[in-house]
Amino acid sequence: MKKLSARRRHPLAALVVLLFALAVTGGLYAAFAPASKAQADETAQSLAIDEGKKLYSVGCASCHGTGGQGTSDGPSLVGVGAAAVDFQVGTGRMPAQQPGAQVPKKKVVYTQAEIDQLAAYVASLGAGPTVPTKDQYGPEGADIAKGGELFRTNCAQCHNFTGKGGALTHGKFAPDLEGVDPKHIYEAMQTGPQNMPSFPDTTLTEQNKKDIIAYLHAVNGDDTESPGGLELGGLGPVSEGLFAWIFGLGALIAVAVWVAARTAKAKKS
Amino acid sequence: MSSQDIPEENLPAEQDQHGTVGVADEKNPFADPGLPPHEHRVQDIDERAAKRSERVVAMLFTVSMLATVGFIASYVAIPHDKSIFVFPIGHINALNFALGLTLGLALFAIGAGAVHWARTLMSDVEIADERHPIEASPEVKAKVMDDFRQGAKESVLGRRKLIRNTMLGAMALFPLSGVMLLRDLGPLPGTKLRHTLWSKGKLLVNMNTNQPLRPSDVAVGSLTFAKPEGLEEHDEEFQTEIAKAALMIVRLQPDNIKDKRELEWSYEGIVAYSKICTHVGCPISLYEQQTHHVLCPCHQSTFDLSDGARVIFGPAGHALPQLRISVNDEGYLEALGDFEEPVGPAFWERG
Repeated sequence: MKKLSARRRHPLAALVVLLFALAVTGGLYAAFAPASKAQADETAQSLAIDEGKKLYSVGCASCHGTGGQGTSDGPSLVGVGAAAVDFQVGTGRMPAQQPGAQVPKKKVVYTQAEIDQLAAYVASLGAGPTVPTKDQYGPEGADIAKGGELFRTNCAQCHNFTGKGGALTHGKFAPDLEGVDPKHIYEAMQTGPQNMPSFPDTTLTEQNKKDIIAYLHAVNGDDTESPGGLELGGLGPVSEGLFAWIFGLGALIAVAVWVAARTAKAKKS
Repeated sequence: MSSQDIPEENLPAEQDQHGTVGVADEKNPFADPGLPPHEHRVQDIDERAAKRSERVVAMLFTVSMLATVGFIASYVAIPHDKSIFVFPIGHINALNFALGLTLGLALFAIGAGAVHWARTLMSDVEIADERHPIEASPEVKAKVMDDFRQGAKESVLGRRKLIRNTMLGAMALFPLSGVMLLRDLGPLPGTKLRHTLWSKGKLLVNMNTNQPLRPSDVAVGSLTFAKPEGLEEHDEEFQTEIAKAALMIVRLQPDNIKDKRELEWSYEGIVAYSKICTHVGCPISLYEQQTHHVLCPCHQSTFDLSDGARVIFGPAGHALPQLRISVNDEGYLEALGDFEEPVGPAFWERG
């Protein structure tokens, strides 16, 4: 320290201090600031937004407006978020083929990469729900029984108690949930596509959504056991009663007719 | 088939000679056609065929017995949670399948055996049973009528009117005691149908999270179900109370609310309606967030939540009752009182 102190009035001292300060500042900055990474992300993000904007102008702008502001043919997309785009385009509902009571799901037109770009662009128009991750909709840590309760409280009125779907007014319907990607179920609950009401995290928590998805998988999965067998669409007593009246009674009548029509006589007339 | 063990008169050639059908002619246009000639069955002609039939019937009854034993054995042996795959039906419960199959087979085999027995072995000779008048003979009739008239005369009912009238009165009043017993079969409903658990200051509790709701939790286009504060699912009275108090909460843009009273009773576009259909009381929550219509799954009554829950389709008689809500000092949604009118379907003296 003495040596250093002795040289403090050296003509180069100021320069050395300055260089030292600069080095420290730069080092600290490099160590703590996520500047360069953020920069790279920003670029990738803005690239995706640019690409998404191009796709949007071609595929969506005619109904939703050039800036996503909405027209008489399609609602505004400001604030719907990436999750809504991922659901609507990822299930093939959008781009819509024709106006009508309800836009049904169909063959997916865009690749997942393009959907992500579209989602990035729409998300840039206004803050909204993001695409959920596998942790959010995966089966780990889900309570199937609780999911069943929640499903019957919130969803079963339209989608039937095992998610087989049902009719609504004027040609609208609640679709069958069998075989639907868990991610899309999650997004639908979060964003409320078309006439479905939304169930935001504030009223139906992330854990609640995870439970519901696990319940649907349990009652509708490939290896689901149906204790009674012959579910008849899982629609409940109406289809079962119809089946019993038409096919059950029909079979009895057919057997009775068959028995009576065959003569037991030796000489057949 | 050897013809030695067949009685001659049973052979088809013999049968054609007897038994002729009467034909109507000018003299007798309604001639009794009589019975057609009786024809024998193989079992009547051939004793071996009859034996075969006997064996088939016995076999069917034996199958039924075995199936019953199988039913009991399945009931005892198969664990109730075992699952098997049966081709056209899919993954089903093994016990259910085995029980249904054996029970069905046991009953069917009894029926099939009985039918086969009756058709092949029981006598099938046609028998004519002539009809006779069932009327009583004139002497018996006259005797009964005389007895009745004499009895009526001896009872002096026609002469002593006081006895007749008081007797009729006693008999007419007697059933009233039974009606009185019916009245006390259960407690009277009182004003139960007019009140729910909602009252001033009760918080709106989210059914999913069991937490009181804040206005910021309820997004436009969302659907939430709420119960009154203090009502827990394990309460003894939960089902009875929630059946009346169930609440459906949606948020509309305040500009979209057409009904003035609805807007007044809402909070920043958040409206709370009874979830019980006013037709026959089904839970009604098929909410379409773009049209703001709510559809009842039972009889398709449709209500417009943006217009005071007016009935726009279906058999429901009146609009869904709305609950007046506001926000308390701590920022939670609260009720400002009970429903103004009884929830659910119409009842006597509803007014």
